This record gives sequence, structure tokens and C-alpha cells, in this order.
Amino acid sequence: MQRHFEQELESLKTTLIKMGSIAEEALQASLRALAEGDKRLAEHIIATDDRINTLEIEIDNAIVDLLALQQPVAIDLRLILAAQKINNDLERIGDHAVNIAESALQMRDLRCGTPLPDISAMGSIAQTMLREALDGFIHNDPKLGNTVLMADDQIDAMNRKVIQEIVGRMKSDQKTIDCGLEMIRVSRNLERVADLATNIAEEVIFIAQARVVKHHAEDQNAGET
Amino acid sequence: MTPAEHIKIEAKEVNTFFGKNHVLKDVSLSIPEHRVTAIIGPSGCGKSTFLRSINRMHEIAGGTMEGSITLDHIDIFDIDPVTLRRRVGMVFQKPNPFPTMSIFENVCIGLKLNGIGNRKTYGEVVEQSLRRAALWDEVKDSLSKSGMSLSGGQQQRLCIARALAVDPEVLLMDEPASALDPIATSKIEELIYELKQQYTIVIVTHNMQQAARISDTTAFFYLGELIEFDETKAMFTTPKRKQTEDYITGRFG
Repeated sequence: MQRHFEQELESLKTTLIKMGSIAEEALQASLRALAEGDKRLAEHIIATDDRINTLEIEIDNAIVDLLALQQPVAIDLRLILAAQKINNDLERIGDHAVNIAESALQMRDLRCGTPLPDISAMGSIAQTMLREALDGFIHNDPKLGNTVLMADDQIDAMNRKVIQEIVGRMKSDQKTIDCGLEMIRVSRNLERVADLATNIAEEVIFIAQARVVKHHAEDQNAGET
Repeated sequence: MTPAEHIKIEAKEVNTFFGKNHVLKDVSLSIPEHRVTAIIGPSGCGKSTFLRSINRMHEIAGGTMEGSITLDHIDIFDIDPVTLRRRVGMVFQKPNPFPTMSIFENVCIGLKLNGIGNRKTYGEVVEQSLRRAALWDEVKDSLSKSGMSLSGGQQQRLCIARALAVDPEVLLMDEPASALDPIATSKIEELIYELKQQYTIVIVTHNMQQAARISDTTAFFYLGELIEFDETKAMFTTPKRKQTEDYITGRFG
């Protein structure tokens, strides 16, 4: 007889995975809308952000009930605490997808043309990081978590490079300012998505191994001993 | 609770006395069908007295009652006590299989005393009851052994099977797991969760965490009064009364 508490944990996990899937789709769709100048797709992403917000509240409520009624400990407690943070991170990713979709609409109206190749590359990396972080959660695999952590520096560097390049262009040609600002906005949103995927990866490691790796906590602890 | 839920047991302004001792004071409570209702509160608050009032077991200890309790809208004092106690079974804190009887005999004694069935049908009922109590697989090859040969947790499940054998509608459980180890407790809790699909269960427990884990509705008693009654989720996340919140957070009691 499976404990009904285990069934409730599975249900929480399933709902979170569903939310992850919707967030991934939103991100992917926003990048396609940007690359193809697809107005309808961009508007659809903005209109359906409510789905993610509704799931966030549903998951929050489920977590409160589990904590209040089941007194979880050990791995169950870690899973529930991590789920609360992942829930929040996924909702934010949904918001960033909306921001990118809004930029896609602006850039279409401004006739900015296709985004910089680096933006497309950042988009691919951010999507991969999110996918791997979510796979790590689904399969309770800390190795995937570590893979995601290592990719964050790369995307940070790409963001700085993109901003530098665009600022250079804006300085030399004022007509590029409006499009440039939108592209900087997209780059920053992708950099934030990567940060949030990193957060999820850190929670995956916490669930599986009870290790806190955010803020280089392990390095700090090693330095203190 | 949704308004459409069927109320199995309704208590209205119940006052219970043992001599001059006024134990329960104006208790009104509606217990929904096919749910687990937990009764919590500090020692001496009247939880067990209320439980025993439901099937008139308080009378055995010399108690008297004013007010009304109904079972399916029929006053319990208009129901023959033997019939009432068959329909509303009871499981006690200390497992109490009958010591001179085998496992088989323990389960079917209620059938015999109530004149239900015969030797040919006892076997089927015993198996069914032991299965419902999640004990069949552990004892099916030793039904002739004494009920006392079982572990504490198994004895308690045997007592549950004994109560189920006479096909009750309600199970009253007075701290059914307090004498058991954590693993046995967990099995009893899972069993209660399964049984509510078929029965209405009222459980007294001094273990608030247990009430939170297994019940659908919770009633908090204090000094003989019902302080608050609500869905368990609401009770343990946003209790309405400060007294309730103080109790469940361990600030008193």
C-alpha cells in the first residue's frame, strides 16, 4: 500500500514538471517569435502567461498543506522546500518569456531585422540549461545539475559581449538606438533565464545530496575550516 | 465541507454527566459520512467521553446525557443499544483481542453473538474482514493460533477486523495507535485512510500530528467544550480561534 503522503508528493512533482514544460514552451516560442517576427505567436505567449501564474498559486497552496499536515523530514522536506523555490523560478522564467515576446513585437514594429547571432546562441544555451535542470529534477540527477552550473558563466560572458557590441553600434549610429535597446533587453532576459535555470540546478543538487552549492557556500565552508 | 455532504452523526447541545461532574458542555457537532473526523484536545477535555457518547458506551461507566445525538437522523436513544453498537463499532487504545480465542474466533465472535450468518459463512466473513484490516496475508496460515500470539500492531488490526466483521457503518477509535511503535502506527494510519471509503471514522488522538496526517475534519475540545471544528487543512494552517492556534502550536496544553 503506497502511503498516501507519497502519492501527494508525486502529485506535487507532476504538477511542477507540467509547469516546467509550459515555461520551456513559452521560452522556445518567444525566441521563435523574435527570430521570425511572428506577431501572433508573440501575442499568444503574452496572453497565456496566466497559465503559469495559476499553477504557481496551486503549487504554493499544495506545499503549505504538505508542510502543515504531513511533517515531512529528510529527503521529503528537501523536495518540498526545493519545490517551493523551483515553483517561483519557473514563474519568473514565464515572465521573461513574456518580456522577450514583447521585445519581439517592438522589434517587428521597428523593422529591426533578425537579432544578432549571439542572441540566438544565448537563446539556445538558455533553453538547454533549463531543459537539463528540469531533467535533473525529474530524474533526481545531481550530475545534470552540475552541468547546468558550469554553463552559467558562458552565458554571462555572452551577455556582456552582446551589450558591449550593441552599445558600440548605438554610439556610432543613433538610428540603431531603439532596436539596440530592445536587443539589450532580450539579452538581459536570457541571462536571467540562465540564472534561474542555475537556481533550479542548485535545488536539484540540494534534493539529491543535501548539499547547498549556491553562493559558493561549499567553498566558503571549506575556507572556514 | 460542502453543504451537499451527508451528515452521518449529528450532536446537538450534548451535555454529559458522571454524577455531579459535568464533563461535556453544550457540544454541537456534525460528523460527515465517509470521512475521518479527528477529535483533539488536552487531557481531560472530554474527547473520549464524547466518542463514547456516540454509541452510548458512556452509560456503562454510569454516565448520563442531555441533548441529542442522531445516527442517520435517528436519535441514538431510539435505537436498541446492541444494534447501535453493532452499527457503530469501537476500537480501543490498548489492543484487546479476546485472550482465550483464536484469530478466527476473535473475528467471528461478533457474528455469533448477533446471530448473523452460520458456520458455513463465517470463513468468508473472517477472510473479508481480515483483508479489509490489512491483516489477512500475515495470518492466513495461522488462523487457529491465539489472538495473543500476534504483535501489538497486528492485535490492533485484529480488533479492527473484529469490528468490521459485523458490517458497521461507523468506526469509533479511541487513540488506536498510542500503544504501538512507529511502523505499526504508520500501518494503522494507512489503514484508516483506506477504510474511510467505506466507513465513517471518528478518532480521538492526543497526537496532533496524527490528526493532521489522517483526518479530513478536526474538532478541538477544551474543558468539555467544543472550541472549533473545521476542515483539517484549515484548522492546521489558519485556525479561527486563538485558543486553537495556541494548542496546535504547543503554546498550551
